[in-house]
Amino acid sequence: MILEKTQTHQRVIEQISVLNAKVDFMNDTALSNALTYLEEKGIPNNKNEEYKYCNIDSILKTDFKNIQQQFNTVSTINNLRLNDCLTLVVVNGNFSEKLSDKLVLKGVKLFSFNSLENSGKQLLTAAAKSNSDSFIALNTAFSGIGFHLKILKNEQTQIPIQILYINSASAESFVNPRNIIELEENSSATIIEHYINIGTHKVFTNFVSEKYLAQNSNLKSYTLQNETSLGYGVYTNQVKVNKHANYQNTTVTLSGRLVRNNHQVILSEDNCEASLFGLFKTSNNQLVDNHTLIDHQKPNCQSNELYKGIIGDKSTGVFNGKIFVRKDAQKTNAYQSSKNVLLSDEGCINTKPQLEIFADDVKCSHGTSTGKIDENALFYLNARGLGKESAKKLLLSAFANEVIDKIEVDSLKEIIESQII
Amino acid sequence: MITIKNLHASVEGKEILRGINLEVKAGEVHAIMGPNGSGKSTLSNVLAGREDYEVTAGEVIFNGKNLLELSPEDRAREGLFLAFQYPVEIPGVSNINFLKTALNEIRAYHGKNEITAKDFLALVKEKQKLVELDGKLANRSVNEGFSGGEKKRNEIFQMAMLEPTLSILDETDSGLDIDALKIVANGVNTLKNKNNAYIVITHYQRLLDYIVPDFVHILYNGKIVQSGGKELALELEAKGYDEIKKQF
Ligand SMILES: Nc1ncnc2c1ncn2[C@@H]1O[C@H](COP(=O)(O)OP(=O)(O)O)[C@@H](O)[C@H]1O
Ligand SMILES: [Mg+2]
Repeated sequence: MILEKTQTHQRVIEQISVLNAKVDFMNDTALSNALTYLEEKGIPNNKNEEYKYCNIDSILKTDFKNIQQQFNTVSTINNLRLNDCLTLVVVNGNFSEKLSDKLVLKGVKLFSFNSLENSGKQLLTAAAKSNSDSFIALNTAFSGIGFHLKILKNEQTQIPIQILYINSASAESFVNPRNIIELEENSSATIIEHYINIGTHKVFTNFVSEKYLAQNSNLKSYTLQNETSLGYGVYTNQVKVNKHANYQNTTVTLSGRLVRNNHQVILSEDNCEASLFGLFKTSNNQLVDNHTLIDHQKPNCQSNELYKGIIGDKSTGVFNGKIFVRKDAQKTNAYQSSKNVLLSDEGCINTKPQLEIFADDVKCSHGTSTGKIDENALFYLNARGLGKESAKKLLLSAFANEVIDKIEVDSLKEIIESQII
Repeated sequence: MITIKNLHASVEGKEILRGINLEVKAGEVHAIMGPNGSGKSTLSNVLAGREDYEVTAGEVIFNGKNLLELSPEDRAREGLFLAFQYPVEIPGVSNINFLKTALNEIRAYHGKNEITAKDFLALVKEKQKLVELDGKLANRSVNEGFSGGEKKRNEIFQMAMLEPTLSILDETDSGLDIDALKIVANGVNTLKNKNNAYIVITHYQRLLDYIVPDFVHILYNGKIVQSGGKELALELEAKGYDEIKKQF
């Protein structure tokens, strides 16, 4: 496919390179690949099938005309801390040791990108290839100073780790947070990636995370997006799952003018498992676009996806779920479901399951449903004395709870329960 | 308690109720019988406030208020209860939680404060016992996966919890076996007092052996064509609805 290339990327690069020093933790090949890729492909617009409903090129043109990279100082995070977690803080794309808790957990190590071990350097760009996607490329070339979080072999981390990404733009800005989460063999951990915005101006977050799950490891990962109407972002997760390992993610989007999630999971060995759950509620002119890819490469793996959307006003929701079942991946079990409630006539939801199956002994199913609030149920509740608002709330909570119930961190669950409906 | 005068209602331009007149006083039980499609459920739904139906003429005074001007929730808060012919399943909404919200909204409407958790639990226990509803059912999602009979019993359980002044039971007996029927009837008879009233809609005389009506009305083609005492039900049972159909 020939894409009409635009010059947006050049202007963005020019404007964001003002502040960024050379990212010397990236290897040179990755860097030059990234720039070549960007030069070749540019920023995707709606002529690109993958960005059909999410024309980021045009958004950068209209809403980020003048990127200035100016930020307010963030000096405290007290009320943003989840009380039952240890908190790591990333401010405007860069890891802040000062604001972060000391990682006193046994078996957990943290390396800033400025002091990466060799193993960390090797993981950087191994799963998120700089020549595979424009946003990964852009992030690679201008990556913030992120970190490599490593759970050591045989360690079962009991306390969840909250990674708080705070943006505080005081003029139009573009940030590129990045991290590596690595679970060594037989380890387990829970992490919460929590995005918030306390700035006064628009900010574009181009996030990239590479997650590596070694044999028999278990990662429960949560994503909470709450960047307000000044927040725009592309959030890329490249996850590689090894033999007998289990990856689980629940992504909840509470706010954000534009939220594009690219969540790609490679089940690279046999007997591994991935679950992706999502919940978003949109209003006004928001756009929330969830793109997932689960790549079954080897036999006996399982994947399970459930995405639910509540779409109000003139907002748009997108769910695009790709599942690849490679030739070797016999006995694959893949299940995908997308369910949506439209609260208004002007709201819009686009769902597209894409199953590409090259093995013959597999169980795959997918389903999608979109409807309005059930009027019969509403009337039933009203006829029992519940007011219109509380009846609606009850029905929407019931809809959302199927996803919320998957959340095992109480403080996180409470925030979501109190804000989603 | 309720006075219905010349009530006309239509759905999708089709007139279904063609001038209903009915007066129910506190302490009374009225039975409404009639063949399928005569408008019994339409009448129930119009009284409960379902918006699919358009009231084209007539008025309904309920405890001194103009019922037709009230929202469905306010009708319930004023003491009207409809046990649905086909109760809906609401996955994910707990029966008990929703009843607690309902009860509290009704209390708030009457300027009362919220019921305490302890009192609520005691009430649930008492009313469950009354309709012999399995505790597990009460805690599940509203009607989800309930059998036909369980749904009907759940309706009566909700009625018992909310203590309405006027209850309309729309074919609560259909789908019930004789034991369940007796339980439901016993529930109604226990709750019945001089301050409340019941409109019992049924197809068969069977239920009326257990819930004995003061008046029986025959609804046909959107009108009450005949009214009488409880013996009218027996008469109808003997003659069958064909006789009515011929007559009117
Ligand atoms: N929502 C509706 N839309 C269209 N027709 C309806 C609707 N509800 C009832 N009707 C029609 O009104 C008539 C009376 O129905 P109903 O009140 O359910 O009768 P009953 O309860 O006595 O069996 C029937 O002809 C039925 O088809
Ligand atoms: Mg009926």
